[in-house]
Amino acid sequence: MLYAVDGLNLTEKLESDVVNSPDEHALSVRQLDFYYGGVHALTKIDLSIPKGKVTAMIGASGSGKSTLLRTFNQMYRLYPEQRVTGEILFHNRNLLSKETDIQQLRKQIGMVFQKPTPFPLSIFDNIAFAIKLHESLSKHDLAERVEEALTQAALWDEVKDKLKTPAIKLSGGQQQRLCIARTIATKPEILLLDEPTSALDPKSTRQIEALMLTLKNLATIVLVTHNLAQARRISDDIAFLHHGELIEVGPTEVLFTQPKNVLTQQYLAHGEDE
Amino acid sequence: MNTHYLHQKRLLQDRLFTLLCALAVLLGLSVIAAVLWTLISKGYSHVDLLLFTELTPGPNMAGGLLNAFVGSLIMPGLALLISAPIAVLIAIYLVESPSTHRLARYVRFFNDVLLSAPSIIVGLFIYIMVVRTMGHFSAMAGALSLAVIALPMIVRASEDVISLSAQPLREAVMALGAPRWAFVWLVLAHAARSGIITALLLAFARVLGETAPLLFTALNSSFLVTNLWQPMANLPVVIYQFAMSPYDNWQGLAWAGALMLTIVILVINLLARLIGMQKS
Repeated sequence: MLYAVDGLNLTEKLESDVVNSPDEHALSVRQLDFYYGGVHALTKIDLSIPKGKVTAMIGASGSGKSTLLRTFNQMYRLYPEQRVTGEILFHNRNLLSKETDIQQLRKQIGMVFQKPTPFPLSIFDNIAFAIKLHESLSKHDLAERVEEALTQAALWDEVKDKLKTPAIKLSGGQQQRLCIARTIATKPEILLLDEPTSALDPKSTRQIEALMLTLKNLATIVLVTHNLAQARRISDDIAFLHHGELIEVGPTEVLFTQPKNVLTQQYLAHGEDE
Repeated sequence: MNTHYLHQKRLLQDRLFTLLCALAVLLGLSVIAAVLWTLISKGYSHVDLLLFTELTPGPNMAGGLLNAFVGSLIMPGLALLISAPIAVLIAIYLVESPSTHRLARYVRFFNDVLLSAPSIIVGLFIYIMVVRTMGHFSAMAGALSLAVIALPMIVRASEDVISLSAQPLREAVMALGAPRWAFVWLVLAHAARSGIITALLLAFARVLGETAPLLFTALNSSFLVTNLWQPMANLPVVIYQFAMSPYDNWQGLAWAGALMLTIVILVINLLARLIGMQKS
């Protein structure tokens, strides 16, 4: 009951934030529609992502959660047949507008993918590559920044003696932490994680989950996951999508204990079977 | 009873098919083995130090193939210097164009046409365009004809290897806020590098043995020529002319040249395979 009361207050607060102080939000999605060619994949999404929190997006495969995530850093722009309408407010400006500097945007909103994607470079150069895209630093400063990123990604102690080794030689879990390090090396404000543990073993998954909780202090995190237990462990807020529509949003504990919508109830009860 | 019979039948079919496959492999390999054996048995006795130090001789005189070796290093090398940068740029264009891009589809189609163009046609084309215009045969014309032959091979092979290496990296690189050139650089300089080197080596090995285009363009020379605007000796044309001659010493040199050419091509192919394997 305690949760419910707290949660209700939180929900109310969240809703009032949308209207009153958009600065509390890292991102505000307004009336967003998304199309893969002729397929209407997202319909009229309205969602605000609170700053400094972990927001998890859950839903069955094909519900549109990854699609929505990929609009935040304009990944869909790589594919000419994909298009979007609506608004995503970021620092009070619509990031979907044509004037947005996409390279700058992707520096501010970083992304980590389901499969670890180390570049065919050394461990050090994987991180340095990302930094050098946006800053020109002295050798010394660059090395410091690489160490900082690897430390923040809880990987430094494991790799500090083999920075020149090809990144491909790392284990899957280490590779994923390297990808996280590479992404946070450019100091993004928002970190988009697209099922970051679904290709990893349980031990690596635990490490990355622990990492996500510490990364909350550095950036706002938006996590797509179909692991409900993970969503519950990690996130502060949950957004549930179903067939391209946003069904329910709320603080994690409230949504898990007292889901309002019948679709949410069904998914939470049977979701993992799907 | 019935299932037992069926099982026996399938087993028999399986063995029969395996046998047929093995026979086909044996047949194919025996052709290569016969070629190699003939080359070695007939060419071996003519391989000596003179082969590498002396120029092509007159009939019934002692000599070697030095000028032909040098020409066969210069012209295919120059051909690759000309075609490789163009071909790799075309390959990047093809990989980076969206699949719906019409011009890219045409480029890919015409590249395939060029890939299957008979090399003698390429030789005639360069003969008319370059040799007739300049008024004489030249190593440059030879290199150009080899470049035309190498170009579509390198385009096709690099497009494959670039797109294969680019695909898994594209989103990860672009998500960091990378400009497109940085992505292309990462793919070329690192992910696809060994694949492209393999493609270049195979193209080199392929044009090394081309005879027809050189007959119309570089022709031959009995001197050690390094001037690119002069006719230049090369192994395939020397082998062709010497093998057709009635002189024993020329025929011997043709066998020795054919053996050396085959060995070099074999080694380059092995090298290319080795580099390709290291990657994976």
